[in-house]
Amino acid sequence: MQVTTLHFRRKAAENLANDQLQRALGRLKERFVGARAEALQDLPDFAQLREAAAAIRQHTLDHLDHYLERFEAEVIARGGTVHWAEDAQAVQRLVVEIARQHSAQRVVKSKSMVTEECAVNDALEAAGVEVMETDLGEYILQLAHEPPSHIVAPVVHKNKEDVADLFAQHHRRPRQTGIAELCREAREILRPHFLAADMGISGANFVIAETGSALIVTNEGNGRLATTLPRVHVAITGIEKVVPTLDDVSLLLRLLPRSATGQSITNYVSVLTGPKGAHDLDGPEHFHVILVDNGRSALLGTELEPMLRCIRCGACMNHCPVYQSIGGHAYGWVYPGPMGAVLTPSLVGLAEAIDLPNASTFCGACAVVCPVKIPLPDLMRTLRVRQLQQNLRPWRERLALRLWAWCAQRPRLYALLTALGARLLHLLGGRRGLIHRLPFAGGWTAGRDFPAPAGRTFRELYRARQPR
Amino acid sequence: MDVHTDCLSADDSVGYAAAATDSRRTMRVGLFVTCLVDLMRPRVGFCALQLLEAAGAEVVVPHAQTCCGQPGYNSGDLTAARALARNLVGEFRDCDYVVVPSGSCAGMLRVHYPRLLGDDPEIAALAARTYELTDFLATVLPLSQPPGQFRGRITYHDSCSGLRELGVKTQPRTLLARLPGVELREMAEPETCCGFGGTFALKYGDISARLADDKCIQIEASGADAVVGGDLGCLLSIEGRLRRRGDMRTRVLHIAELLAGDGGDEPCK
Repeated sequence: MQVTTLHFRRKAAENLANDQLQRALGRLKERFVGARAEALQDLPDFAQLREAAAAIRQHTLDHLDHYLERFEAEVIARGGTVHWAEDAQAVQRLVVEIARQHSAQRVVKSKSMVTEECAVNDALEAAGVEVMETDLGEYILQLAHEPPSHIVAPVVHKNKEDVADLFAQHHRRPRQTGIAELCREAREILRPHFLAADMGISGANFVIAETGSALIVTNEGNGRLATTLPRVHVAITGIEKVVPTLDDVSLLLRLLPRSATGQSITNYVSVLTGPKGAHDLDGPEHFHVILVDNGRSALLGTELEPMLRCIRCGACMNHCPVYQSIGGHAYGWVYPGPMGAVLTPSLVGLAEAIDLPNASTFCGACAVVCPVKIPLPDLMRTLRVRQLQQNLRPWRERLALRLWAWCAQRPRLYALLTALGARLLHLLGGRRGLIHRLPFAGGWTAGRDFPAPAGRTFRELYRARQPR
Repeated sequence: MDVHTDCLSADDSVGYAAAATDSRRTMRVGLFVTCLVDLMRPRVGFCALQLLEAAGAEVVVPHAQTCCGQPGYNSGDLTAARALARNLVGEFRDCDYVVVPSGSCAGMLRVHYPRLLGDDPEIAALAARTYELTDFLATVLPLSQPPGQFRGRITYHDSCSGLRELGVKTQPRTLLARLPGVELREMAEPETCCGFGGTFALKYGDISARLADDKCIQIEASGADAVVGGDLGCLLSIEGRLRRRGDMRTRVLHIAELLAGDGGDEPCK
């Protein structure tokens, strides 16, 4: 997927002014924030579960090579194939090769952010393979030629009127606006594609080392069709998604849907292990797993390593006031919100995503809701440090920071300057004590007045009160 | 609500070990005024001073204090942040406690200094004896009778760092309940960020103003005469947005001003 993160500011401003998007984001907040809070009521031991989940994820990262090799061995033992992809190009090459190897012409996909990350659809289409997204949200986006704006609810930025228009245009059927009717229409369109497909591509919420399984959680059932009906199943996921055992994964599953959508469990939890056996009635004849690095291993052993614990629940963005106001597209790549603010610069490069780690108030809501205890604000701060070290911040900001730090380390000078500043700003505030426009603080005064200071600093007044 | 479910769990923040004080002498409390209060609203500092004295502390205000270093820290300039942090640690070396009328700056000292300055017993000790003002007055040196005379309906904004880094949620409300003339009307989502975020308010003014606007809507819907909070940065942003919206009526007060004064503009004693 194309990285458009450099346009963050412009896109954020556009989205703030987009009333339809604002209504959609309001619904997202109502639905997911409330649902999560309610779902956690069933988990009296949430704090301990969260500790345990973070510990499992961290343990796996500490021994990532071991568990990945174990996973590979188990997949092979069950007749499947594991492919290792160092970057997006490798993923594209592998997927096309697998399609050619099995003479696959038609592919159905269930939702996968890693395939968005690696632009798998484009590669397959360029190789002459027809690709059909079958997750309802992803299907809508495929029709609209848009990227997802949320990792769990990819089409959250659209309303049902938009969907009705798209369907009417592409399906050439009478326009319907009822949600149930729209869903039925999508089902009718998609069903023949499931039946005709040669190859199904899915992501994996987890891959399980002890059994060589790929696990996916879905609500629509398309994931199960896409992974069991076609002759070939290809699961594509990041190397960090490996989990040692089924027990571990069952613990993580207590947290994932609750954190994501507020469900105690998703409608479908599919554990996909190897190709169809001699006595199985259905299932794919060939089972491939592509394990994707694409920059992940470079985070191991660094301050950013905790980001690899992420289980892609989306709770951080659902609870982020900045995401709630600007939506996912402003972030300019596959992963929006606080997790994207860390992951995007880490995977595509700091210079490509200059705004993301900075566009956070550090309110900490993301870190509080994260089911695997990723200290997201701390990781964003780490990226800010690196930006400054690499001279990636604007010169005016660097100069201001230098001046401030230099003065603040000289208490006498600082006292003098603040005393002058307090007087000047006080005068600018006029009778009402409000400054409507302030040079160098246009960001503040564009949407807010600046309350003028009282005119004398605390330091001055305090000194005046001391007996001589 | 149960505040602990919405706070970072205990091991994320520094443990609340009280500094050892000799009960026979007066508790020596260093007031860290904060750079914003010093420059923008010195009254808050004097009110905090008055409240600490009313609670029975001997208050000192180290003169060479400037800023805790948070703007540098959060802008990625760890060198500047460390230098300022060391200055501050030196200034408050002789105090039994450091009290700060800001959850954000108190969180900087308590949670972030140990990370910033590494494994140093003096830093750990300073962090452990640093308190946000209402936390201190509700839990360490209880202020049973705040002198405040304010009468009216207020609503309380929970600033993010105080809430999530220090667990400041019930403390200000406990103190407010001791003012007979104050009626607390909780706004919807008092824990949602107001959009200030330090330099965020300057760098991403449009997003920041939108979040402030959302907060103003909740404040106005609460029907309160005043919005009260524990962090001047948030309060300046909220006040700026309220006024730009044309609301000249809703007062915007730091909790120290409410607890110590009458809500008027006269300096605290």
